[in-house]
Amino acid sequence: MSETVLKMYKKRPKDWIVKWGSFLVIVLLIAVSVPYVDYNGLTDYGQEIAKSIIFGIVKPDLSLLFDFSTTEAVPYLLLETACIAFLGTLVGSVLALPFAFLSSRNIVPKWVATIGTFFITVVRTFPAFVYGLMFIRVTGPGPFTGALTLAVSGIGMTAKLYVETIEDLDKGIIEALDASGCNAIQKIRYGIIPQLMSNFASITIYRFEINVKNASILGLVGAGGIGYPLISAIGAFRWSDAGTLLFGLIVLVLIIEYGSGRLRRKLATGI
Amino acid sequence: MKWLKNLIRPEPLVLGNGKIVQPKMSIMVILVPIFTVATLFSAYIIEFDIFILLRRGYQFFVIVGRMIPPDWSYFPEVIGPLVETIMMSIFGTLLGAFLSLPLAFLSSDNIIKNKVFLWTNRMVVSLFRTLPILIFAFILKYIFGIGTFAGTLAIALFTWLIMTKMLYEIIETVDMGPFEAIESSGASRLRAFIVSIIPQILGQYISIALYNFEMNVRSAAILGYVGAGGIGLLLNEKLGWRRYDQVGLILFALLVTVYVIESISRLIRTRLS
Repeated sequence: MSETVLKMYKKRPKDWIVKWGSFLVIVLLIAVSVPYVDYNGLTDYGQEIAKSIIFGIVKPDLSLLFDFSTTEAVPYLLLETACIAFLGTLVGSVLALPFAFLSSRNIVPKWVATIGTFFITVVRTFPAFVYGLMFIRVTGPGPFTGALTLAVSGIGMTAKLYVETIEDLDKGIIEALDASGCNAIQKIRYGIIPQLMSNFASITIYRFEINVKNASILGLVGAGGIGYPLISAIGAFRWSDAGTLLFGLIVLVLIIEYGSGRLRRKLATGI
Repeated sequence: MKWLKNLIRPEPLVLGNGKIVQPKMSIMVILVPIFTVATLFSAYIIEFDIFILLRRGYQFFVIVGRMIPPDWSYFPEVIGPLVETIMMSIFGTLLGAFLSLPLAFLSSDNIIKNKVFLWTNRMVVSLFRTLPILIFAFILKYIFGIGTFAGTLAIALFTWLIMTKMLYEIIETVDMGPFEAIESSGASRLRAFIVSIIPQILGQYISIALYNFEMNVRSAAILGYVGAGGIGLLLNEKLGWRRYDQVGLILFALLVTVYVIESISRLIRTRLS
């Protein structure tokens, strides 16, 4: 090897303390957490379940997948899941608007914004599923409860992202409109709404994507969608059917992720 | 009918220099009808019922009201499951993060040149990545039995898949100069990857691992519902017994835990970047 390479190699950074330190931290974390994981081996049906479900995903049961006549087959369940997510997102994003404006430091006094931010943080902490467990005791089982759950649990994240957009508002545009003699309504219509609209739309679409995934697990508490048929199929030993349902869910989520990504890219770069 | 015509084809504007501009049709003309139909259709499918909401909606606030004040004396019983939840997340995230590095290596299009192999890898990753963590846990519970193992494995699997996707997106944007230089000096692709690309992505790698850890703590809190260990079991039990004051305490403990973990993680992540 040439002289300069060797010279530079000798001068390489001596970061062994950082390396060994991080290594020790990781070993320590593993040592502390491993005792909490209790492995009891497979259950009696373990292998068979795993095999059947994966087989069901790879080779779905076409009669269940394309049965448009009953409400128990895949197409209707996916439609219901998507509808729950759609309505939940729509209502949730409207509900998030007042909270977002009340938490933006450039709109309201600082102490109001602090209270608003605190509220948003608290709502955001709990997964949608926890709200589902509570709402099931309010409006009973059914897809309506699912949509209601998503609407309320979505307030936290949606409002948080809205606030970031609102706090980025360019005041110069509003001052320019003011200077050219616009009234308050015109200022909102031509100065504020165009600035917020594309970001708000993008956030709402992103939330819809998340809500489709959330809607699919809310069925576990009985709040409609594909979740309940899925767990009852597994519970009733119809594992290949469960695989087919999972296949349907995967296809739905992938389509929505793709569409959402395309739309949001378009919104970010301008229509 | 003039307003309708105006909506679809607005009046041309005459500018000061005599130029005529034809404004475009507003996108709202298409979007509003679509949204109205979609909303009504969804409302029909999910059996939207405003009367149930009016009649029973206040019950939600009754439940929330009964959570305050929380039953503080219940706290000692919550600590065990709470620690269990955190430990499940730690081990699951570590395992998932560790496994995601090799799979991301095999799914990056600037490193793997075999297109068939690359897209098979990516397809498998995105197929299973779309499933929610709770469904993983539910299936794994049937395979491995009730307990923390199913929950930890669900967290590990979920983290593994989602971090693989995040990582290969990062790997595809790195500077390939050092990689090519080391490869041309005779090193294998794997060796070149370890020496030249890992140091470039290490900061981001740790950062996304921490971000995943934050999310995992939140989702681990509900895994107990399907019998996969952690605090979710208590939560479901107390909700079933309508001990809302104890539910309030569980939620409060969760809130504090998530807040502390998020603050620590954010501190480390801002230091990293």
